[in-house]
Amino acid sequence: MTGPAIFLLLAGLGAIAWVSARARALRLQTVARTSGRRDAVHSLPGYHGWYVALWTLIPAAIFLAIWANVSPGLITQTVLSDPAAQSLPADAFSRSAILGEARNIASGAQAAAFNPAAQALVEPYRSAISEYGVIGAVLALVLAFAGGAYAFTRIRPDFRARTRVERLVMASLLIASLLAIVTTLGIVVSLLWESIRFFSMVNPVDFLFGTKWSPQSAAMGYGNKDAFGAVPLFWGTIFIGAIIAMVVAIPLGLMSAIYLTQYARPQVRKWMKPILEVLAGVPTVVYGYFAALTIAPALRDFAVSVGIHGASSESALAAGLVMGVMIIPFVSSMADDSIAAVPQSMRDGSLAMGATTSETIRKVLIPAALPGVVGGVLLAVSRAIGETMIVVMAAGLAANLTLNPFSSVTTVTTQIVQLLTGDQEFDSAKTLAAFALGLVLFIVTLLLNIVALRVVKKYREAYE
Amino acid sequence: MSATRNPTDWKSDVMQKRIARRYAAERRFKLMGLFAVMLSAAFLAFLLFTMLGNGLRGFTRTEIALQVDFPASPLLLDPANITDQGLVGANLPMVTNEVAKKALGPDADALLSPTAWTSIRDAIKADPKILSRTETISVPASTVIDLAAKGKGSPQAEAAVARLKQQGVLSTGFNASFLTGSDGTDPTQVGIWGAFKGSLLTMLVTLLLSFPVGVATALYLEEYARKSWWTDIIEVSINNLAAVPSIIFGLLGLSIFLNFMHLPRSAALVGGMTLALMTMPVIVIAGRNAIKSVPPSIRDAALGIGASPVQVVFQHVLPLALPGILTGTIIGMARALGETAPLLMIGMRAFIATPPGGITDPATVLPVQIFLWSDEVSKGFVEKTSAAIIVLLVFLLAMNGLAIYLRNKFEKRW
Repeated sequence: MTGPAIFLLLAGLGAIAWVSARARALRLQTVARTSGRRDAVHSLPGYHGWYVALWTLIPAAIFLAIWANVSPGLITQTVLSDPAAQSLPADAFSRSAILGEARNIASGAQAAAFNPAAQALVEPYRSAISEYGVIGAVLALVLAFAGGAYAFTRIRPDFRARTRVERLVMASLLIASLLAIVTTLGIVVSLLWESIRFFSMVNPVDFLFGTKWSPQSAAMGYGNKDAFGAVPLFWGTIFIGAIIAMVVAIPLGLMSAIYLTQYARPQVRKWMKPILEVLAGVPTVVYGYFAALTIAPALRDFAVSVGIHGASSESALAAGLVMGVMIIPFVSSMADDSIAAVPQSMRDGSLAMGATTSETIRKVLIPAALPGVVGGVLLAVSRAIGETMIVVMAAGLAANLTLNPFSSVTTVTTQIVQLLTGDQEFDSAKTLAAFALGLVLFIVTLLLNIVALRVVKKYREAYE
Repeated sequence: MSATRNPTDWKSDVMQKRIARRYAAERRFKLMGLFAVMLSAAFLAFLLFTMLGNGLRGFTRTEIALQVDFPASPLLLDPANITDQGLVGANLPMVTNEVAKKALGPDADALLSPTAWTSIRDAIKADPKILSRTETISVPASTVIDLAAKGKGSPQAEAAVARLKQQGVLSTGFNASFLTGSDGTDPTQVGIWGAFKGSLLTMLVTLLLSFPVGVATALYLEEYARKSWWTDIIEVSINNLAAVPSIIFGLLGLSIFLNFMHLPRSAALVGGMTLALMTMPVIVIAGRNAIKSVPPSIRDAALGIGASPVQVVFQHVLPLALPGILTGTIIGMARALGETAPLLMIGMRAFIATPPGGITDPATVLPVQIFLWSDEVSKGFVEKTSAAIIVLLVFLLAMNGLAIYLRNKFEKRW
């Protein structure tokens, strides 16, 4: 019996259970009411329906989930005990290859066998699969009936079906909220696990403080010592994300926020704010393409024409400029929030003393809002250094330790993509290095976020 | 020293100059603000115009009308019995080449797209009767000719285009195959339907996973959970997840979904699961804000007439908060639709020439397709990449527009 058929059958059973249980509850409760025992009625009939339906479905569903994991092992065992399997080679690898091939043919995933030994096992496999399929389906149906029957016999006018159904609802809400913790744990565990494996091959000190990055040479067998020095990557990330991008984003974002909140007429503000926010909604791959196609060649031509050495068509400046533009709305909305949080009395006081608007902004509002602005900038930096597509497409792959913005530099995220999108075995130091880089990135962005949120919170409290 | 201070003489030259200087600084500051806003907006306009300028050409295709004299051609096909196998055996590429040489001259090779023969194949399939007569079939021109016809070619190609125009065989029309085709090696033949379908399937998985879980989490945290260290942990992890770089989610998907759970590589299922983990915190945060804005009086009233806490939430609070939750969901989905980096990590960058049939088939998505095309050497891919970007931006714009519409239409202020 196939999976979808069982699911349809179970859904049908559940619906029948719901309808019949609801009808029975309604009848019993009507009888109870007419015989004067009104206070003996508890839940609405619908809850009885749900109670029985859930008892029908959940045990069977749990069983099917377990069965899906257990039955392949049982099937393989049955096939191995078949006389046709006696001739299988003893070594585990070729044995499992033949078994896998036979399984694929039997389940229809593969049309014909390459290995004659596999062909002989197809028939045993097919019969074992259908045999265990039938067993599983029958057991699931029995469980569904048993669960449904048990719940059905519990229907009384005063049975507290609602309490029980609601308990299940609450449990599922709790489980859903645990998923966030599970995801965080999953990130931490998977990054840590692979990183520990990486650091068993490469000394963490060499990784964090080495200045030579050439994983390609490590893959070719030149040893790991000098191949995984990540300092050029860290520098490239900081150069693009925390320096060039911020040089663009901080003045533009801050001045936009000041203009839109302090000077612009409401009509202008109403239109310009969403337009600026579109900048944050454009996918990063579009920015990356724009940087690589339009900005980078223009910058290189400019650099060549003014005679700068080492100008490359993939430059830190191109990636940083475009990333800065992407961050503008982010900085601007953070600055907007913190300026709005400065008490009106401070502004009024300054204006009453005869200061002009710009003097009030520069001498009163900005100093007062500074912690909030700094927090916003830290959040923006954390977003910029985690940004991937722009740097992958526009910043290049050469791990240069350079101050020249027109030359090509590489970043942590670029190298993660580069290391993991080739075709290589998963256990090499080269692929595991990507996880170590990911761990560093995760820790740094996490710290930046925590510090930024703390700064913003402290500052909010100061004015409340 | 005498302590007599005269009142400031505002009319004096010194003071007048000083005020003028301060007012000038004021104007300069205001202009700087205006300049910052205008510069940001100008950058956006520049980006959009560049994409439109390059991309709109990607929706058109130059075609050459080719006269095919089927009876005279060396095709060995029986009009009454056209099979796929027979068409493969008929060596159409070579025949097309010969026909083209006869019609357009010896350099026909360079004029037609390398896949021009597929148009002839499709024409034969559609109507086998044309095998017995001379038929004019429009076949796609090569990339060089295509670009030259759109005014972006080399002098030689321009000359060839002029000659073809004189013969009256050149035409430029809407490129329907761009909307119905999939990835390919020849820029005149590629389309975005495969990637678009992959995006739809991935988004479907993302929505089905992240929406129920996100809403349930928001309800639990906002309505039921008592404040404790336990809910603090949940809250902290949700806020952190919202700030984790997207590529980290890709690493998670790679090591958990692919290497640990052995789910199929580069499938919409895994892509959707990875993006769902990214989208869920967005939905939770938006959902909590929406639930918070439902006034307590509604809960009190429902409790007062005897509803249980679960009934209060599911029959009163949730319906009222739903528009806000949906707005947040659409914004989160729009972000997921434009996301590229995590999907590269789980192998969705493979070359896939057929649209995926289901969520476990190898698939690619629109942003990844854009990334792949941007890496292509052939010049014809530039306009295709920009055209794909236009499609993606139109969809994002539509989704965000829907979110704004929903917010304005259903948002209630209590």
